[in-house]
Amino acid sequence: METPQSSYIPIIIQAVFAAGFVATMLGLSHLVGPKRKSQIKDENFECGIKSYGNARIPFSVKYFLIAILFVLFDVEVIFLYPWAVNFKVLGIIGLYKMLLFMGLLLVGFFYIIKKGALEWE
Amino acid sequence: MESAFLIEKGVIILVVFGITMLIALYSTFAERVLAGYFQDRLGPNRAGPGGLLQPLADGVKMFTKEDFIPETPNKLLFILGPGLAMTTALMTSAVIPWGRQLTIFGYTATLQAADINIAMLYVFGVISIGVYGIMIGGWASNNKFSLLGAVRASSQMISYEVAMGLSMIAVLMVSGSLSIHEIAENQHGFIDWNWHGHKFAWPSWYVFKQPLAFLIFLICAFAETNRTPFDLPECESELVGGYHTEYSSMKLGFFLFAEYVNMFISSAIIAIVFFGGYNYPGMDWVNAHLGGNLATILGTLVLFAKIFFFIFFYMWVRWTVPRFRYDQLMNLGWKILMPLAILNIVITGFVLILTAS
Repeated sequence: METPQSSYIPIIIQAVFAAGFVATMLGLSHLVGPKRKSQIKDENFECGIKSYGNARIPFSVKYFLIAILFVLFDVEVIFLYPWAVNFKVLGIIGLYKMLLFMGLLLVGFFYIIKKGALEWE
Repeated sequence: MESAFLIEKGVIILVVFGITMLIALYSTFAERVLAGYFQDRLGPNRAGPGGLLQPLADGVKMFTKEDFIPETPNKLLFILGPGLAMTTALMTSAVIPWGRQLTIFGYTATLQAADINIAMLYVFGVISIGVYGIMIGGWASNNKFSLLGAVRASSQMISYEVAMGLSMIAVLMVSGSLSIHEIAENQHGFIDWNWHGHKFAWPSWYVFKQPLAFLIFLICAFAETNRTPFDLPECESELVGGYHTEYSSMKLGFFLFAEYVNMFISSAIIAIVFFGGYNYPGMDWVNAHLGGNLATILGTLVLFAKIFFFIFFYMWVRWTVPRFRYDQLMNLGWKILMPLAILNIVITGFVLILTAS
């Protein structure tokens, strides 16, 4: 099934509409609310303690690992989409090929688990 | 381009927009009333009859609060964060089919803003952009609590996106189409099921064909919308307010409101993809005897009933299940849900091949 290009126009309308709504609301609430500035008030919240340093601090490398793994596996998911849609046409051959692909990926997945990349202590 | 097409779609978009807003607004109220009920107290009952004006009062309060921007080098990003979160939350409803055709004065309108053949991909794409809103907002706040909340939130959301995408693949194998409209149409009618000589007729909803995919998708939807038991990003006891600690006024309102809009949209997707959407038993009979318009309107009402059930389910779970620990969350996502989703794909593949031949 092919979608004509014109079917995408409502999405553009919706995007413009949503962005316009958000911008208007943010702008209006900025105009409506009171504004009082002082040096201490503008400081970042630190549970009532005097804040020190800035927040550009290093954080656990685990989060980066998760992000990298996400890229790997999300690419796999993207590969699977066209395959899944055409699954009934491709038949058993398509299934075998995809099993091979997923098997290779799962080997990597087990390696990651054995390496302890997903361990949170 | 016909102007009639544009007007039709414009009206649909506006109406859906209004309904989304209304439902999201009153979800906040329903959540508080239900919380009161679950905890054996009254809940909000002061503003208006039975507290019905409470969400409006909350909205006005949010709107007129001081629009505070803390000391941060990224003022533009600070404003962009909640804006992006809200915009992406409002974008998804474009591809959702709310019903079949409606004929008004000889003009046939489809109750769907954009019937595109990659609707499911579009949904996942827009959900992925939602992560940016939280990450940008938390990072630009220049606050350690916000940063940790944002990092947790994005890490959690991308982890569960993998399992979510994989669980959807099994459904796509059955449906053979990425179009949500076609997925909904495929669930029309009944499956006859013969069990020891007894004849049963089930609605041909995908939840009966793909129960495991439904379970995984449901859990991931909870994690994607940052709802309890997966609300670690805004874990009050550890991170103050998480990624929206520094926000006030309508920016905070948008972060909170986006969560409720996402809840509504994900309930709609669950209802359509797994629970037949606007199909209901007896639809053909109504269509033949009482007219197509009535069948469509009933279908839309049925769809909304299903959606409301899932919104209730979100709230039910919130007041029943305690929050996960972060390692439990990651283990569930990567070590349980993802292998289960892959297993489900393999099983679905073999079953489909065996039943086809």
